[in-house]
Amino acid sequence: MSVKEHSGNYFIPDPSPWPIIGMVSLLTTLIGAALAINGVAIGQVVIVAGLLLFFYLLFGWFRDVIKENLSDCYNKQVDTSFRMGMLWFIASEVFFFLSFFGALFYIRNIALPWLGGEGYLGATSEVLYSGFESAWPSHGPRELGGDFQPMGPWGIPAINTLILLSSGVTVTWAHWGLKIDNQKQLVRGLIATIALGLLFVSLQAYEYGHAYAELNLTLETGVYGSTFYMLTGFHGFHVTMGAVMLMAILGRSMKSHFSAHNHFAFEGVAWYWHFVDVVWLGLFVFVYWL
Amino acid sequence: MIQPEAKPTKPHGSPNLKHSLNGALLITLPLLTGEAMAEYGLNFPEPAAGVAREIYDIHMLTMTIATVLLIIVFAFVFYSLYFHRKSRGYPADQDFHNSWFGNWSWVIVPVLVLGVDLTIAGKADAVLKSVWDVPKEKNIMDVKVTGHQWWWEFDYLDHGIKVESRFMPREQSGDLYLREVDNRLVLPTGTKIRFLHTSADVLHAFWVPELAVKKDAIPGYVTETWAELTREGVFRGQCAEICGTWHSRMPIVVESVSPERFAAWTGEQQAIKVAAAAEASTDKTWSMDELLSKGKALYETKCAACHQVNGMGLPPAFPALNGSAITNGPIADHLHIVLNGKPDTAMQPWGSLNDLEIAAIVTYERNTWDNKTGDVVQPVAVKQAR
Amino acid sequence: MTTTTLTHDEAHHHEAPQGWRRWLFSTNHKDIGTLYLLFALIMLFLGGASAMLIRMELFQPGIQLIDPDLYNNLVTNHALIMIFGGVMPAAAGLANWMIPMMIGAPDMALPRMNNLSFWVLPAAATMLILSFVIPFFPGGGTQINTGWTIYPPLSLQVGMSMDFLIFAIHLLGISSVLASINIIVTLLNMRAPGMTLLKMPMFCWTWLVTAFLLILVIPVLAGGVTMLLFDRHFGTSFFDAAGGGDPVLFQHLFWFFGHPEVYILLLPSIGVLSHVIPTFARKPLFGYKSMVGAMLAVATIGMVVWAHHQYTVGMSLGAVTYFMIGTILISIPVGLMVFNFIATMWRGAMTFETPMLFAVSIVLMFTFGGLSGVMLAVVPADMQYHDSMFVVAHFHYVLMPGAVFGLFAGVFYWLPKWTGHMYDEKLGKIFFWTNVISFNITFFPQHFLGLAGMPRRIVDYNVMFTEFNVISSIGAMVFGLSHLLLLYIVIKTIRGGKKAENRPWEGAKGLEWELESPPAFHTWTTAPQIK
Ligand code: HEA
Ligand code: HEA
Ligand code: HEC
Ligand code: CUA
Ligand SMILES: [Cu+2]
Repeated sequence: MSVKEHSGNYFIPDPSPWPIIGMVSLLTTLIGAALAINGVAIGQVVIVAGLLLFFYLLFGWFRDVIKENLSDCYNKQVDTSFRMGMLWFIASEVFFFLSFFGALFYIRNIALPWLGGEGYLGATSEVLYSGFESAWPSHGPRELGGDFQPMGPWGIPAINTLILLSSGVTVTWAHWGLKIDNQKQLVRGLIATIALGLLFVSLQAYEYGHAYAELNLTLETGVYGSTFYMLTGFHGFHVTMGAVMLMAILGRSMKSHFSAHNHFAFEGVAWYWHFVDVVWLGLFVFVYWL
Repeated sequence: MIQPEAKPTKPHGSPNLKHSLNGALLITLPLLTGEAMAEYGLNFPEPAAGVAREIYDIHMLTMTIATVLLIIVFAFVFYSLYFHRKSRGYPADQDFHNSWFGNWSWVIVPVLVLGVDLTIAGKADAVLKSVWDVPKEKNIMDVKVTGHQWWWEFDYLDHGIKVESRFMPREQSGDLYLREVDNRLVLPTGTKIRFLHTSADVLHAFWVPELAVKKDAIPGYVTETWAELTREGVFRGQCAEICGTWHSRMPIVVESVSPERFAAWTGEQQAIKVAAAAEASTDKTWSMDELLSKGKALYETKCAACHQVNGMGLPPAFPALNGSAITNGPIADHLHIVLNGKPDTAMQPWGSLNDLEIAAIVTYERNTWDNKTGDVVQPVAVKQAR
Repeated sequence: MTTTTLTHDEAHHHEAPQGWRRWLFSTNHKDIGTLYLLFALIMLFLGGASAMLIRMELFQPGIQLIDPDLYNNLVTNHALIMIFGGVMPAAAGLANWMIPMMIGAPDMALPRMNNLSFWVLPAAATMLILSFVIPFFPGGGTQINTGWTIYPPLSLQVGMSMDFLIFAIHLLGISSVLASINIIVTLLNMRAPGMTLLKMPMFCWTWLVTAFLLILVIPVLAGGVTMLLFDRHFGTSFFDAAGGGDPVLFQHLFWFFGHPEVYILLLPSIGVLSHVIPTFARKPLFGYKSMVGAMLAVATIGMVVWAHHQYTVGMSLGAVTYFMIGTILISIPVGLMVFNFIATMWRGAMTFETPMLFAVSIVLMFTFGGLSGVMLAVVPADMQYHDSMFVVAHFHYVLMPGAVFGLFAGVFYWLPKWTGHMYDEKLGKIFFWTNVISFNITFFPQHFLGLAGMPRRIVDYNVMFTEFNVISSIGAMVFGLSHLLLLYIVIKTIRGGKKAENRPWEGAKGLEWELESPPAFHTWTTAPQIK
C-alpha cells in the first residue's frame, strides 16, 4: 500500500439509515420468534414482518455498496478492509461450528463413557442405571425417542461430499475465468456451483425425510439425534445462505460488475463457500463416518 | 494426616513462623491468628474431617502468600507515591526503562512469580490427590445424597435407611433459621464415608464447611466425595448451587456421633421403617378421617414448599391446588401427575412414596380448602395407577 | 439515503450532519463513540439500580422487599446488564473515540457497520429488559431465577422470558463480533504510515487482543445458548442425561466464553492505565514490549483454563490439576503488567489528578482481587470458596477496579479532549475518594461472609451473617449514590468549564493530543507521518 493512497481518500460513507433498520428488523424477528416458540399466536406474523424488513435492509444496503463500488469510491485500502472483515467474519463462524463439534466430542468421549460406567463418574451407571453400556450412536440410558437406526456415511452423504467438493472446484474455475476477464467462464462456473449447491440441499432434505420416516431418527432421538440434526442443520442453513449469495453474485457477474482487479464481493462469497465446504468435510468425518 | 486440634482461644502472636505471618498479614486485624479469626466468623470454621484439615492448611498458606505479596506491592507503591512526586521536586528518570533492570525485568519478574506459583501448585497438588481419590476400601460407608427442590434426601445404602431433610420454619428454628432441619444427617466419627451425590431435578451442591468437600449434585450423574469425621458435634451448611426459588432454604445439618450412638440410631430408624411398611401393606380400607389427618401432615412437609399450606401456590411458578382443575377433576389425572410429576418443571415424580402416603395426600388435596369432591382414594387405587 | 455520486475530496470534509439524523444514521466514529458511552452510562445506572435492590434486600436477614424469584431475577439482570450493557459498550465507546485518533486514521475501517454494531445494542437491551419484565404480565411465565450463568436444567424450567434472554445474548454477540471485526480491521489496515505494530499505542494493542478474544469466544456462547433453546423447545437432549447428554456440557461452553470474557473486560482498562500512568508519572511506559507480550500470554492462557469455574462438578483428577496449574500461571503475565505499572511510577515525577488517582487505586485493588483469584484457583481450597460470597467479593474486586475504574480513569483522562472543557478537578477528587472508600466498605466484608459459609445467590440468610451484610449494604448505598456525582461532573463538563488545551496534561504523549480539543468532526483526513 503506497503512502499516497492512504487515508486522504479513504471512503467514508454518508450517514445511512440501514443500520437502524437492521436493528429494528432483528428486534422484530427475534421478539416474534420468542413469542412463536411459546405458542403465542401473533409471533409468526411478527417474525414474517421482521424478516421482510430484514430482506429489504439487505437489499438496500448491498445496493448502496454496489453503487458506491461502481462509482469508484473504494480505493485499494477500502478493498483490503473489506477482505479482512470477511475473513474475520468467517473466523467467527468457524468458532460457532466448533462449539457444536466440541459438544459432539465431549458427549462421545467424556459424558457417555461416564454414563456407561467408565472413568471418574463411573459410579453413575452403577447407582442410577444399573447396566447401561454406552456405545456410539446413543440415545442415552433412557433411550429417548425409541429405537432408531443411525445414518450411514456411504450413501447420500458420500455423494453429497462429492457434490460439495466439485462445487468448490467450479467456483475456483469461475474465479479463474474472472481473473482473465472471461465472462462466459465466470457465469458458467457460477451457475454450475449454484446448481451443485442446490442439489446438495435437496439431497440433504431428502435424507432428513428418509431419516424421519424410515430410520425413526429424529431431533428427539437422544444426543445422537440432537447432534446429528444440529450440526447438519446449521451446515445446511449456511449452504443455503451461500447459495443465495452466489445467486446475487451471478446476477452481478451477468451485469459485468466485476473486473479482473476489482471483485471483492466475488471473492468474499467464494471464501464463504469454501468455508462451508470444509465444515462439511468435518461433518462427514465426525458425524457420519467415525 | 490429622493435626491436633488447636484451641480456639489460643493467645495472639504464637512464636512459630506461620502463625506470626498470618498475624502480620491481615491488615484489618493485625494480631489475630487463623484459629482465633474463626471464632469471630472471619475465617473457615474449625475443620472436622481429615481432608478438611488439609484444605484448611492450604487455604491458610495461599492466604498468607497473597497477603505478603499484597504488602510488598503496597509498600513499593506507597514508597513511590511518597518520594517520586513532582511536588517534592523529584525529577523523572527518563531512562529507567533502559537500564539493565529495565531490559531484564521481563525475565526476572516472571521467574520470581513462577517460583511462587509452583510453591502454591506443588502444595495444592499433594492435597488434591487425597481430596479427590475416594479410598478404595471395602468397608467404606456409602451415603447417597440426592438434592431435590428444595430438600435433601440421604440414603444410607449399607443400612437401608432413608432420611428426608427439610428446612424448619422460623417459629421452630429460631436463631438457627435456615441452618436447621427437621431430620439431620447423622454420621459416625472415625469411619470413612463415601458420599454419592445426585439430583432429582436441577443442580444443587452439598456444602458443609467443617467437612470442606463441596460437590455438585447433577441430575442423571453421580459425583463422589469422601470424608472421615474427626470429632463429634453438629455442623451446618447450605445448598451452594442456585436451584430456583427456595435455594436459600436447603440447609444441611450433619450430626457427628460416636460409632456406638450411630449404631443405636440406625437400629431405631430401621424399626420405624419396618413399622411404616407394615402399615402401608395391610389391605385395610382407610376412612376419610384417617387419610385426611395423615394427608395433611404429609402435604405440609412435602408439598407445601411450593403449593403452600393454604393450597394457593405461588403463581406463575407454582399453581394453586385449591380449586384447580386437576384436584377437582378425574382422580386418575390427579394420581398421574403426583406419581409421575411433570417433566421440565419443578413438579417432580412422587412415586417413591408408598401407596398409603400417596392415597392420603391425594385424598387430602381433594377434600380441603375449597376442594370438596368427597372422594376417598384408597391405597389399592394408587397401586393400580402406578 | 446515501448519495453515491459524491466527489471524494471535499465531500467528507463538510460539517457534521445536523439533527437526529446525525445520531441515528451516523457513520462518524466520534459520534458513535459518544452513543456507546451514553448507552453504557444508562446501563450502569440500570444495573446499579438492581444492585442497590439486591443490597437492600440483603441489608437484614429475612425476606423484606422482594420475593426469592424476583431476587434471583435481579441478580441475573444485574450481572448481564453490567457486563454486556455497561462495561463492554463503555470500552467499545473508548475504542471508537480513541483508536482512529491514536493511529492517525480518518475513521473506523467500516463506518457503516460500526453504526450497526452500536444499534444492535439497544435492541439487545430491549430484549434483556423484556426478559426481566415479561413475567409480570399475565401469561408471562416464571422469572429467570438462574443467575447470569443460566445453567440447565434450572434454565429449562424457566418460562418464556428465558427465550427472550437467549435471543438477547444472540444480539449482544452479533454486536460484539461486528464491533471486533471493525476494530481489528481498523488496527491492521488503517494505521498511519510509519506506525508499525510495535509503535502502536498500548490502548490499541489491548483492544486488538480483546477483539481477537471476542471473535473467538462469543460464537461459542451463541452456540451454547442455541443448544439450550433447542433443549427447551425442540426436544433435543444436549443437557439431559436421560438422552445421553450432560448438564455440565453447558457449563463448559459457557465458561469457554466466560473466562476469556473476564479478560475482555479487563484488557481495555489495562490499556487506559498504560496511558494514564506514564502521563502523570511524566516518563514512558516501563516495558512496552513485555506489556504486549504479557497481554498475548494472558489471552492465550486465558482461553484454556475455563473449567476453574467448575471444580466441583466432578472432573477427573488429571483435568482439575491441569486447570489449576493453568489458572495459577496466569499470575505471571498479569503480575508482569502490575509490575510494569509500578515500575512506570517508580522514579517518576508524579502528580495526582483524578485519572491518576484512579489508576493508582486500580494497581492496588486489582492486585488484591487478582490475588484472591489465585486463592480460588487452588482446587482443594476452592472446594470451600466456590459459590460462596468469597467469590462475589473476588470478582467485584477485579471487575470494579480492573474494569470499571479503568473506564472512569479513561473518561476523566480524555474528557477534556472530547468536550474541550476541563472537568472540575475538585469534584473529581471528591468522587474518587467517596467511590473508592465506599467500594471497599461494600465488598471487603463479603470475603468474611464467604469464609463463614454464606452461599451466593441467596435471598435470605441466617442471623450469624448479619453484621457484615449490614456493613456491605451501607457501603453499597454510599457507593451507588457517589455515581450521581460522576453524572453531575460529566454533564457539567460537557456544558462548559475551563477551556482545555490541545494537550491538557503536561506529560501526555500520542497523536490524539495533536488534534484540537474538541477535535473536528473529521480528523486525520490526511494521515500524519510517523517517524
Ligand atoms: C475482570 C474480571 C476478572 C479478572 C481479571 C479475573 C482474574 C482472575 N480470576 Fe476471576 N472471576 C471473575 C472475574 C475476573 N477474574 C468473575 C466475574 C468470576 C465469577 C463468575 C461467576 O461465577 O459468576 C470469577 C471467578 C473466578 C474463579 C471461580 C471461583 C468459583 O466460582 O469457585 C476463579 C478460580 O480459579 C478465578 C480465578 C481468577 C484468577 C486466577 C485470575 C487472574 O487473572 C488474576 C491474576 C492477578 C494477580 C495474581 C495479581 C497480580 C499479580 C502479582 C502481584 C504477581 C504475584 C502473584 C502471584 C505470585 C500469585 N476467578
Ligand atoms: C461489571 C460488572 C459488575 C458491576 C459493575 C457490579 C457492580 C455491583 N454489584 Fe455486582 N455482580 C456482577 C457484576 C457486576 N457487579 C456479577 C457478574 C454478579 C454475579 C451474578 C450471578 O450470581 O449470577 C454480581 C452479583 C452481585 C451480588 C451478589 C448477589 C448474590 O449472589 O446474591 C451483589 C451483592 O452484593 C452485587 C452487588 C453489586 C454492587 C453493590 C455493585 C455496585 O458497584 C454498583 C454501583 C453502581 C450504581 C449503584 C449505579 C449508579 C448509581 C445509581 C443508580 C444511583 C442510584 C443509587 C442509589 C439508589 C443508592 N453484585
Ligand atoms: C418443587 C416444587 C413442588 C413441590 C414440592 C410439589 N409440586 Fe406439585 N407442582 C409444581 C409445579 C411447578 C407444578 C406445575 C406443573 C405444570 O407446569 O403444569 C405442579 C403441579 C401440581 C399439580 C397439578 C396442578 C394443576 O392444576 O395443574 C398437582 C395435583 C400437584 N402439583 C400435586 C403435588 C403434590 C401432591 C405434591 C407433594 C407430594 C407436590 N405437588 C409437590 C411444583 C411442586
Ligand atoms: Cu439446592 Cu440450591
Ligand atoms: Cu475465570
